[in-house]
Formats: sequence, C-alpha cells, structure tokens
Amino acid sequence: MSGTWRVDVDPRRCIGTGICAGAAPDHFVLVDGLSRPVLNVVDPAGPVIDAADSCPMEAITVRDADDHRLIAPEP
Amino acid sequence: MSNNPPVTTTRSYPFHAPDRLELDPLYARLRHEQPVTRVRLPYGEPAWLVTRYADVRTVLGDPRFSRAAALGRDEPRITPRQIDAGILALDPPEHTRLRRLAAKAFTARRVEQLRPRTTGITEELLDAMLAAGSPADFVEYVATPLPIRVICALLGVPVADQDRFHTWSEAIVSTTSLSPERIDEYLDNLYAYMGELIAQRRREPTDDLLSAMVRARDENADRLTELEVVQLAAGLLAAGHETTVTQLPNFVYVLLTTPGAWERLRADPGSVPSAVEELMRYVPLGVASAFARYATEDVELGGVLIRAGEPVIGSISSANRDESVFTDPDRLDLDRSVNPHLGFGHGVHHCIGAQLARMELQVALRALLQRTPELRIAVPEAELTWKSGLIVRGLTGLPVAW
Repeated sequence: MSGTWRVDVDPRRCIGTGICAGAAPDHFVLVDGLSRPVLNVVDPAGPVIDAADSCPMEAITVRDADDHRLIAPEP
Repeated sequence: MSNNPPVTTTRSYPFHAPDRLELDPLYARLRHEQPVTRVRLPYGEPAWLVTRYADVRTVLGDPRFSRAAALGRDEPRITPRQIDAGILALDPPEHTRLRRLAAKAFTARRVEQLRPRTTGITEELLDAMLAAGSPADFVEYVATPLPIRVICALLGVPVADQDRFHTWSEAIVSTTSLSPERIDEYLDNLYAYMGELIAQRRREPTDDLLSAMVRARDENADRLTELEVVQLAAGLLAAGHETTVTQLPNFVYVLLTTPGAWERLRADPGSVPSAVEELMRYVPLGVASAFARYATEDVELGGVLIRAGEPVIGSISSANRDESVFTDPDRLDLDRSVNPHLGFGHGVHHCIGAQLARMELQVALRALLQRTPELRIAVPEAELTWKSGLIVRGLTGLPVAW
C-alpha cells in the first residue's frame, strides 16, 4: 500500500447534492453545480471515506493509488 | 458594500398565511430589492432570511453555516419544540457518522431494487380505488398508504402498527395542529416504539434496514448513542409519512389544474422523471423555510455582512423560483431540461430519502397516467380543503373521477 488515495467523481452520476462538499470541504468542490475532487491524489483522511459512503449516487470512488484497490464506497 | 437599501425593518415570517400551493409574491420582490432581509418567526430569536438561489445554496452547503451551533440558542422556528438532538442538530463529522448508518439503503442503486415492489403496491392500491368507483379520494386510497407501506417494508416496521405511528408522526411536522404537550407526548411514544423495535432486532436480526442500523451501530458503539439511532429510525419513519404522502397529491393537483399539463404527460409518459423534477421545483411543499444555520464566522452574503453567531434561514421555495437560474420560473414547464432545483435541499442535510421519493412519485404518476388517463378533480376547486397547522402544505383529501 502506497499510503495515498486516488479520488474520482463520475460526472455522469453526480447530481450536485453538495453532500460531499459539505462533509469534506477540503477534498470536494462544486463547479457549475457538479462535484469535483480538489486533488485526485490525497493522503488518507476520514472525511473522504465519509463523502464517498454518503453519496446517494455512488458517484465518488476512493482507491489505493498504487494497487487501485477500492477503498470506498462500501458495496 | 451593497447597492441594496439598508435592512431596517424586521418582517414577521412566514409573511402571510399559506394560500394553497401559491408562493408568496413577496419572495420575488425581496429577491430583487432586499435578497438578505431580517425576519422574526413565531418562535425564537430574529434571523436573516435569504431568498436568492446562490445565497440559499451557500447557507445550506457551506460549512461556515452550522446546524450544531443552534444548540443552546433560541433557534428561530415555526414549531414550538426546538430540534435539540438528532441528525438535524449535527454537523460533520458527527453528522456523517450517524447518516452513514442509513445512507446505504437510500442510494439510487438500492432504491431502484425497490421499484418493482413499489409498482406492485401501487397497482394494488389503484385496484382498490377503481373498485370503489368514481369518484374516490386519491389521498385515502393511494397517496397515504403507498409511501407508508414502502418505508415500513424498507425499515422493517410492521404495517399493522401504522395507525399508531401515523398519529405520532404528525408531531414531526406540527406547528399549531397539536399542542406543545401533545407534540412531546407523541414524540416520546414514537421514540419508545422505535426503541422497542430496535431492541427486538438486536435479539433477532432480520434482513431489513433497522437490523442493518443496529449492526452498524453496535460495531461503532463508542461513536454513536442508542438514542441517536432510535431518533434516526423514528425520523425516517415519520419523514416517510409526512413528505411523499403530502407531495404526491400536491403533484396530481397541480397537473390537473394547470391547463394542458396532464394531457402533455399522458402523451409522453417517458417524460415523467423530468416532470417529477419540475414539480419538485415548482411546488412549495413547506409553509416556510426553517432549520436556521448559524454562521461560525463573519460571512458576506448578498452584499450583507452576516456576523459570527447570527442565524440565517435559506428559502428553498424562493430559490426554486429565482429567475437568474430558471427561465420563466413561475411557469410549470414539464420539459425544463436544466433543473438544478433545491427541492430536496442541498449540502450535508440533503434529503436522505430523495431517491426513494423520486422513485415513488415516478411510479405513482406513471400508474395513474396508464390506469386513469381521463383523471380529473371531482369537485369544484373551492371545495378542496387544505391542511393547516403543519410545516407542510397539502390537501386533506383529493376527490378524483376517471
């Protein structure tokens, strides 16, 4: 495990609820109504997992940056 | 700092008694003339009211505006009882920890798995309404039992108990329909009922959301209290009773009283999903906005300085009619293609049941279009009666013919 995470938001799934940007404001930002990760590669942080697990559209994925193992959301 | 006239007056809010589903025209004037204004609600301290889309979204979505900071304050509100616990009284990360207990069950993917069952329930209810004969009360036959049966199935709450918790659920949305003492009594009953059910699921887990919530809570027992879980489950049950139950008849009423709307949808049932979004934008479900957010630092909003510690209320109904976002906002446009409405809120408190509500509303409208294509309201408009003393607007009954 590399110790860093890869964060992506699928713009086809995102409906702009703003849940992620509220729960993890350092990691997600709304641009033109849709969410986007502030950085694609981040140090592990609880709020990123919270955001991915809270998205009703399951639009956010968090993976191990090295081996691409899915860390969140929970299935 | 501002081109707007200085804010000198404090208005009573809500401005006027609600008139059916009409939005108070004062919102449009305020959006133009005084988008951040002072109001006093029936209970609690004075507050700022914001009416423009962008500002409302900021108040709902920006972490500088806090729900948790309302604790210990006399929160501006339209209900006698202040929400002093539960998911609406929390900010992240505590809020997220609690919400995650239930959030999985309400994702679009999981909700989609409930669509066939929801369709089956809807068909059964419509069968009963059609068998009763035209005219019949849509509220009684379909709109009330449908969301209740779905939320009971999802949570794992026995439908047989529905008379009891249906009565208690009113406490969540009551302003003056119940006395403050009765509201406390009903909420206590609701929490006690849910507490027993949760204890029972802990002894004998089943395949439902209550069991999943108990399991998740017990795995994180150090982080969540039993009361938080009980209140969350009770809130889900009550919300399942008071929102879609009310909004579905509102939608049917608007479709049948807006010239051409029902015919338009009947000609193209494929546009039901976008029609549901437009109706969510257009129908002001709430009598007024509430759930004030407290600024945690000084924030400039719409040209006005909000000071740290001051409460702000964002009007969702007004935001949904903001002409800078929605073309011809006071018109119901079932073909509206860009529709970023705030009907389910915004930010961390965005409605957890939004996907479920969307699915139920879509299923119900589709079934009505198919089974009762000639649907019409069976009485003159003046004979329809509207609920009062609640935070939501809705019909006490909707007699329909077909």
